[in-house]
Amino acid sequence: MKTFRIGGVHPHDNKIYSAHQPIRECALPEKAIIPLVQHIGAPAQPVVEKGQKVKVGELIAKAGGFVSANIHSPVSGTVTKIDSTTDAWGMKMPAIFIDVEGDEWVETIDRSTDVIRECTLEPKEIIDRITEAGIVGLGGACFPTHVKLLPPPGKKAEVLIVNGVECEPYLTCDHQLMLEHGEEIMTGIQILMRALGIQKAVIGIEKNKPDAIARMQELASRTLGVKVQPLKLKYPQGGEKQLIDACIRRQVPSGALPIEVGAVVDNVATIYAVYEAVQKHKPLISRVMTVTGKSLERPGNYSVRFGTPLTQVVAEAGGVPEDTGKIIGGGPMMGRAMNNIDMPANKRVSGLLFLPEAESRRTEPENCIRCGKCVSACPMGLEPYLLSKQAEMQMWDEMEKHDVMDCIDCGCCLFTCPSHRPLLDYIRMGKATVGGIIRARAQKK
Amino acid sequence: MNLIVISLLVLGITGLAAALLLYLTARKFKVEEDPRIDEVQEVLPGANCGGCGFAGCRALAEACVKADSLDGLLCPVGGAPVMEKIGAILGMEAAASEPKIAVVRCNGVCEARPRTSEYNGVKSCRIQHNLYVGETACPFGCLGCGDCAAACQFDALHINPQTGLPEVDEEKCVACGKCVSACPRNIIELRKKGPKGRRMVVKCVNKDKGAVARKACLNACIGCGKCQKECPFEAIVIENNVAYIDWEKCRLCRKCESVCPTGAIHAVNFPPRKPAGEAEGQKPVVEGQKSKVESTEAKAESGVQAEPKKEEAKA
Repeated sequence: MKTFRIGGVHPHDNKIYSAHQPIRECALPEKAIIPLVQHIGAPAQPVVEKGQKVKVGELIAKAGGFVSANIHSPVSGTVTKIDSTTDAWGMKMPAIFIDVEGDEWVETIDRSTDVIRECTLEPKEIIDRITEAGIVGLGGACFPTHVKLLPPPGKKAEVLIVNGVECEPYLTCDHQLMLEHGEEIMTGIQILMRALGIQKAVIGIEKNKPDAIARMQELASRTLGVKVQPLKLKYPQGGEKQLIDACIRRQVPSGALPIEVGAVVDNVATIYAVYEAVQKHKPLISRVMTVTGKSLERPGNYSVRFGTPLTQVVAEAGGVPEDTGKIIGGGPMMGRAMNNIDMPANKRVSGLLFLPEAESRRTEPENCIRCGKCVSACPMGLEPYLLSKQAEMQMWDEMEKHDVMDCIDCGCCLFTCPSHRPLLDYIRMGKATVGGIIRARAQKK
Repeated sequence: MNLIVISLLVLGITGLAAALLLYLTARKFKVEEDPRIDEVQEVLPGANCGGCGFAGCRALAEACVKADSLDGLLCPVGGAPVMEKIGAILGMEAAASEPKIAVVRCNGVCEARPRTSEYNGVKSCRIQHNLYVGETACPFGCLGCGDCAAACQFDALHINPQTGLPEVDEEKCVACGKCVSACPRNIIELRKKGPKGRRMVVKCVNKDKGAVARKACLNACIGCGKCQKECPFEAIVIENNVAYIDWEKCRLCRKCESVCPTGAIHAVNFPPRKPAGEAEGQKPVVEGQKSKVESTEAKAESGVQAEPKKEEAKA
C-alpha cells in the first residue's frame, strides 16, 4: 500500500465519534450573515443593495478578481445591511446581512435528488459554470477551483487526483459524503476530467475508511479511467503535494504548483459541489461539516447553509459540553482555536471540535535536545528546529533561504517534539513575516 | 656555530622580506579614511542601538562626516549635547532637536478591558497578533506579552503586572525606537517629550466605531469629537474614529482632557489642578478610572449612548 515518502506522523484518528453518522440538514437561521471573504484571494464585491429581496442561489457578491469567487445567497429574504462582522478570531470582515423569510429558491436550480450522469457540455462551458457557482476548494485552503482548471500556458494537466484522504483526526464529513453521494462524486470526477481534457483520475482514500474504499472501487469499476488508490494511514496525506507523491509518485518542486507535474488535486467535497453546479445549476451555498468532540451529545455530520451562526449548528449537536476547554475550527492538527462561535458558517469551516479542558492545555516547553525528530517528521523536508529559532531571533533572510515558504502548517513538528517546543507557532509567524517581505519586494519591482 | 649563524640569517632575511611585502601591500591597498570618523565615533555613546536609523554608532559617524549638514541626523541616545559635540568636530551647525520619548498609546488596563479568552501559546505579541484578536475584544490594543520590553536595550520599558501594560521609565528612555518597531500593533509612538516633560497624549489607537470600541474597553477613544471642538489650537485630528493630538500644535491647555468622556486623553507630568480631583502623572488617572469603571460596569453592556451623558452630568 502506498503513502508519501518524506516525514509524516501518526496521530490517533478519533473518528469514531462522528463516523457513519448520516448527514443531517441543519435548520435555517433567522438571520444569516454572509461574509464576503470565504476564499483565498480578493474579497467578493456585493451586487445587492439594502432592502433588496433575494432568493436562495441568487448571486449576491461578484468575484473581486481572477483569484476570487462568487458568493450566492444561501437563504431567501431581505438584505438588511452590508456591514462588517467579526470572525471567530475577533477580526473584522465585510459581510452581507439577510433576514430570512421562507425558503424560496431560484427557479433554475434542480432540487431533486436524482443523479444525472450525462454531461455533454464543452470544457469551457463546464469551467464557466464552476466559476459562476463560486466553487472553492472545500478541503481547507479555499482556493478558487476554476483557477486550478485553467492551467497557465505551456502546462498540461495529465491526471486528476481526488482527495478522499481526510487525514485530519476527528473529521468525517468527506468520508460520509463518499458513502452517501458516491455516484454524484463519480459523475463530478468525469465532468472535471472532461473539463481538463484528461483520461485519468486517481481517488486517494486512507485505509481507515474501508467502506468508502469499497464503495468508490465498485463505482470506479464501472467508470473508464478512474482508479481508487487505497493509502496507508499517515498525516498529512491530504496535503496536496503529499497526496500527489502518494498517488502518482511525483514530487512537486519547491515553490511550484501541482500543475508543474501534471496533476490537478480536488477534494471530494469540492467535486460534489462541481457536480451540483454543473448538473443541477446549484451554486455553492452549503457544505457538510463535522461537529464532534468526546463529550458532545450528538456528534455528527451536518449539512449547513452558509450564514448560519455556528451557535445554531452547535445547538443542534447538543450544545457546548460543560468540560470544553477549547473549541477548534477544523481538525486538531491544522485547525485554529476559536475565540467565540458566533461566527456564521462559511466555505472555510470544515468542522468544529470540542476539546475537553484536560486535553486542551499545552505542555510547558523545555529546551531543544537536538533529537532531530521534527526534521524527520516534516513532510516538506524542512528543518523546523532551525526555522523556529530563526523566527525567534527574527532572522527573516535566513528563514527565506531555508525555504520557510514551503511550510504547509501541518504541525507534524510540534506534534512530534518531545520537548513540546512551540515550533509551529514561531514558524507560522516567520512565514507570515517572510511572505510580507517577499510581497513587498515583488511590488517594488 | 655555523648552523646558528645560517639559521639566524635565513630567518632574518625571510622576516625582512615578509615585512617589506606587508609594508608595500599596506601602502598599495591603503583605504583612505577621514580621521574625523574616529573622532565622531569617540563622542557617540557606543550603544550600537540603531535608534538613529543606521547600523550602529560607526555607521552614524560615517554618515555625519559625509553629510553636508547635520539635519536629519540624530543620536537619540546622546541627544542634543552629543550632536553639538559632533557639530563642533565637523564645523557644522548641529540641528536643533527636541528630545523625544516612547509613549504607549493604550490604556486598556485589566479592569477596563475584560478578558474574553485565554491565550495559551507562546508569550510573544507578534505571534499572538498573527493568530487572533488577543485575550480581550480590542483588536488594536496592547497584548501585554512584552515584546517591547524585551526589545528595549536601556531597561526603560517594563510591563506593569497590575495593568498588564508596558510603562516607560522617562529617566532611562532614549527614544531609540526599538520598541516602536517591536510592537506588532503600532501602539508605541515616539513623541516630543515636551517642556518639563509635560505632554498631552490620547492613550488609545482603537479604530472601531464608538460603540464597538467602548464595548471592548471602557478607556477607549470613541471618536466623539468633543476634544476636537474644544481645542482652541486645532491640534486634534480625528481619523478612523480615533483622536490624535499633533504635538507641534498642542499648547498644553488641558481643555481636551477635561471634556473627554472616556478619559482617553491623558495629561502627563502636570502639577495637580487647583481644585482637588485631577492629579499629577498618569497613575492617579488610572485609579480615577477604576472607580468610574466600577460604577458603570453594569451599563457597559447596554451600550455607549448612555455613557457620555452620565459623564456630563457628573461634571
